[in-house]
Amino acid sequence: MSDMKPRSDSTPASPERRRFVGAATATAAGLAIAPGVMLYEVAHGRAEEQAASSAVRWGMLVDATKCASGCNDCVSACSTENGWTPVAESKHPKQAPQWIRKLELQDPLTQMETNLPMLCQHCAEPPCVDVCPTGASFKRADGIVLVNRHTCIGCRYCMMACPYKARSLVHEPLNDTQKPDVPRGIGCVEACTFCVQKVDRGDGNTACAEACTAAGHNALLFGDMNDPESEISRRLRELPTKQVRADLNLNLGVRYHGI
Amino acid sequence: MASITFREVEGSSPKYWILLGFLGLFVLFGALAWNYMHHHGHVVTGMDNQIVWGLPHVFAVFLIVAASGALNVASIASVFNKPMYKPLAPLSAILSLALLLGGLLVLVLDLGRSDRLIVAMTNFNFKSMFTWNVFLYSGFFVLVGIYLWTMLDRSVKSYSKAAGTAAFIWRLTLTTGTGSLFGFLVARELYGTAMLAPMFIIMSFAYGLAIYLMVLAAAYAWTGRALGDAVMMRLKTLLAVFVAAVLYFVVVQHMTSLYFTKFHAVEAFILRDGGSLTTLFWVGQIVIGCVVPLVILLSSLGKQRTWLMIACGLVILGGIIQMYVTIIGAQAYPLDMFPGLTEKSSFFDGEIHTYVPSMPEFFLGLGGVAVALLATTFAVKVLRLLPASLDDASVAKLEH
Repeated sequence: MSDMKPRSDSTPASPERRRFVGAATATAAGLAIAPGVMLYEVAHGRAEEQAASSAVRWGMLVDATKCASGCNDCVSACSTENGWTPVAESKHPKQAPQWIRKLELQDPLTQMETNLPMLCQHCAEPPCVDVCPTGASFKRADGIVLVNRHTCIGCRYCMMACPYKARSLVHEPLNDTQKPDVPRGIGCVEACTFCVQKVDRGDGNTACAEACTAAGHNALLFGDMNDPESEISRRLRELPTKQVRADLNLNLGVRYHGI
Repeated sequence: MASITFREVEGSSPKYWILLGFLGLFVLFGALAWNYMHHHGHVVTGMDNQIVWGLPHVFAVFLIVAASGALNVASIASVFNKPMYKPLAPLSAILSLALLLGGLLVLVLDLGRSDRLIVAMTNFNFKSMFTWNVFLYSGFFVLVGIYLWTMLDRSVKSYSKAAGTAAFIWRLTLTTGTGSLFGFLVARELYGTAMLAPMFIIMSFAYGLAIYLMVLAAAYAWTGRALGDAVMMRLKTLLAVFVAAVLYFVVVQHMTSLYFTKFHAVEAFILRDGGSLTTLFWVGQIVIGCVVPLVILLSSLGKQRTWLMIACGLVILGGIIQMYVTIIGAQAYPLDMFPGLTEKSSFFDGEIHTYVPSMPEFFLGLGGVAVALLATTFAVKVLRLLPASLDDASVAKLEH
């Protein structure tokens, strides 16, 4: 039963953690006069022994009206950051993992075209987490949906359950281009992690969003949706956005504008 | 009530050893197929990130569903108190255990990390239907095991009805769980319906009984024991009812989906435009699996043993094809993330996904079938499961 929850949640409180909790409480009290500052602190890197906090909800705003046709920069950046082989270089394209992909949509009646990246939507109510028999699929307190590489048995039930086809199975032995902070493994299921290694380092951004900004498109904006002062929250208040398959009511961490 | 003598199969004839060796060979092929898949990864299979569950799941789910159905005959005997079926009950119980064993082996050996089985046995997420199934399968082994014990050991015979009833309720729950593996999936149009649980139960009745009849007839023919028509004709009628019920459920399911506009495209895919899947549905699942067996079973043809066996074989074949259409068909149709829009991507969004099963997958599946039959063949040699005779006269005495 204890393994049902992510390890970060179930780790017994260590003295350091207790000290931290004490300190955090004092800090919170001290900062009560400056709302938002506390969230800003949590959002910018955290010590290893500190659990992810539900005060933060990481999310992404995709502005499909700015997503350029033919541009694949977000996909390349993800592949470089996380060490998965780009599908064009794979010998087995149908079996190659793709953490993020560019989707071209067209309305058959009006011929209107839309481009957007599709990735794990980091649902607040993730079907993949519901169906995972071992609890390897889990949602962190800060909203990031991950797969525990040590307890995934490769049953692929999460891939059957995901409405966004966001997950891939590693079908073949991996070459040694793996990144030290992005564990992967044959026979396990994987997906977009919102660059959790970067988030935990305090970068406050994902590789795909950085690449999109660098290319001058600014179609991707990553940030803390719980912080009313964050750029993403500000933009989400202004722009009309949609959730993909909103009928499923999964409360997604990725919101799309212009679809 | 007249008593029936149960006797082990002698099992010393060359024929017995040839059968054992033949089945053993397929178990070996299955083991080699697993070893190959495990060593190279799923890249050597026809499965990919579009069709994530392939032929091994087709065999595994078929065997697990059939396992629960094979217990039918025993259930009729003890739960519904039909003395005529009592001599048939021990084989029914052992066959259900053997089929479940075969199915589960295929299921776990197809895991991406089959070496991590212990993780699946020690880490549980109780919101997962898979986790529920782990307990349903284990419980089935225990309950049917106890039930079998009450049938074979006179000193605990008085508990037979209680054990049989418990096993009966459990097997209904188990197949509800198997159907719900698919029924509880929100993402795909052809799943996500409560209909799948009762449909899987009625399918289990038909597939399990068809396998039971073939194994029973083979066991009696190959050991030269008498198997009268009284028994076979009763079970034949029962099989016809089950097959008709399967057909009914399939028709209702598709009729319901056809009524909803949002399901028109996926229904058109299965029923009209799906190429080989459409052919498998109409020719395999409907004609071979339901219509032809019904014609045989309900006409005078069904009174002949050979035709009865052909009907059973077709029900089994149609059942495997039904599982293929259910499991592969639902995945082959692309996820509809943006209704009304066409989708295109490097990840094959918006396309019909093709699947060509590989040899290792096929042999892994056959290996599961072989394990089930091998276990049954071995069990009838070491345990007193089969009545020495089931001729019409001995069976008739049971009813008075």
